[in-house]
Amino acid sequence: MDAIQQNLLEQVAGLHEIPAGAYNIRANGQMAGRNTTANIDIITKEDKSGIDIRIKPDTKSESVHIPVVLSQSGLKESVYNDFFVGENADVTIIAGCGIHNGGQAASEHSGIHRFFVDKNAKVRYVEKHYGSGDGNGERIMNPTTEIHLAEGAFLEMETVQIKGIDSTRRVTNAEVAEGASLVIHEKIMTHGRQYAETDFTVEMNGDDSSVNLVSRSVAKDNSEQLFKSRIIGNGKCHGHSECDAIIMDKASVSAIPELTANNIEANLIHEAAIGKIAGEQLMKLMTLGLTEKEAEEQIVNGFLK
Amino acid sequence: MLELKGICFSAEDESREVEILNDINLTIDDRFVAVTGPNGSGKSTLAKIIAGILTPTQGQILLDGVDITNLSITERANMGISFAFQQPVRFKGITVKELLSIAAGKDATITEICEMLSEVGLCARDYVDREVNASLSGGELKRIEIAMIMARKTKVSIFDEPEAGIDLWSFQNLIRVFEKMHEETKGSILIISHQERILNIADRIILLSDGQIKKVGTKEEVMPELLGCGQPCRTLADKL
Repeated sequence: MDAIQQNLLEQVAGLHEIPAGAYNIRANGQMAGRNTTANIDIITKEDKSGIDIRIKPDTKSESVHIPVVLSQSGLKESVYNDFFVGENADVTIIAGCGIHNGGQAASEHSGIHRFFVDKNAKVRYVEKHYGSGDGNGERIMNPTTEIHLAEGAFLEMETVQIKGIDSTRRVTNAEVAEGASLVIHEKIMTHGRQYAETDFTVEMNGDDSSVNLVSRSVAKDNSEQLFKSRIIGNGKCHGHSECDAIIMDKASVSAIPELTANNIEANLIHEAAIGKIAGEQLMKLMTLGLTEKEAEEQIVNGFLK
Repeated sequence: MLELKGICFSAEDESREVEILNDINLTIDDRFVAVTGPNGSGKSTLAKIIAGILTPTQGQILLDGVDITNLSITERANMGISFAFQQPVRFKGITVKELLSIAAGKDATITEICEMLSEVGLCARDYVDREVNASLSGGELKRIEIAMIMARKTKVSIFDEPEAGIDLWSFQNLIRVFEKMHEETKGSILIISHQERILNIADRIILLSDGQIKKVGTKEEVMPELLGCGQPCRTLADKL
């Protein structure tokens, strides 16, 4: 693996070296390393590009890293990764994709991740998207996440896209069974002429199920963002979504929330706020000695932390 | 030493010019100066003009003889002016530790943060990593706001109604905070307040009314004037 790929790997997975536990590293469409453990198996799919990750029931405190890096300009790929998490397991899954495009042709990665989380299992899923390179070629990422939570299961998803992705359409669909909960934290920053679209659909099908979906974003320059969320409550459930955006320069942000309750006991809430940085926040930090630009950076960094 | 010379400020209200401050002349080099006066008399406007948040329509501001009238908020902050807001600002995602570090102008250690917070009666352990967001109460925010000014150690510190939202127990603490600040900075502390107990500790009281200085002097000299402002109901005023 070369220096560019190493850097991408560090950005998306925080990896300086070979990670502990199970991992599968994909570089320019090829497998660049894999490790399995007694409890976690990784199997290459035969019918299409991608892997199956099988985690045995009762696996505790183990992690799986599956980063993807692209440094070859013009490469377009779709990868299908399926995660099967056994009953009562408690694991951390770290995915992420970095594209370095130094050429003229568009590079594109579409990752389709499906999670089948069995009864009472707990998953923490982290994904980061990052782009670099000074070529004119676009860096495009379209991650799709499909989540199936069985009774009493829990999944917390942290998704971050801070820099360098020109165009992204992020689709997340989830179904949540009785007593299961889903937590999603999304952080996005767009600049230049970037476009980011987020589309969440969560269906709560059992009693005492819940979802909490929190999106924070910053849109700078001429960038555009579209946030869509659809929460459907089919039982005695609790759903909350929150979209909080800071808009700067000539950017544009739309938030389209949708709530559907099909059960009298469904309790659904949506909050959305879009606005520029409050003048009083800038002023306060300036009275502490920061310049306007430094104050702005502090506020944006804090907001996306 | 802070000098205000002929400061005037007017704002527009429905295309009509409203005069908020009129010909304010002041020299501040005392330890504790209290600015008091009825609501709407221009106290907060005066503080914002000193901090650089508002620009006077006329007049000059000098800090140690240097004209700072046209300097930005940042430049004035770096020259030694601090300003505690009447209504502290909330920041999503910025922690108490980060905000105090910005105020101190360095990456403050946990021990230093602990000291700053205990001065304002907050237990550091519970607050260091908390975000300065809507989860903090008005009183907690107010104390953190005061801690930020303490951390700056500047020669001029302005507090806009620091006692508002602070419970009675911490009132004594607040006064101790001011005393300690003065010991450390040897600077001037300007406090906008209606509280008699704050007026009690002031070396000098400035009474503002309708945008003008009505009286400058000790508490004994200013109090009769203060009670004369706005003709209060006799029955209640007699009890004072």
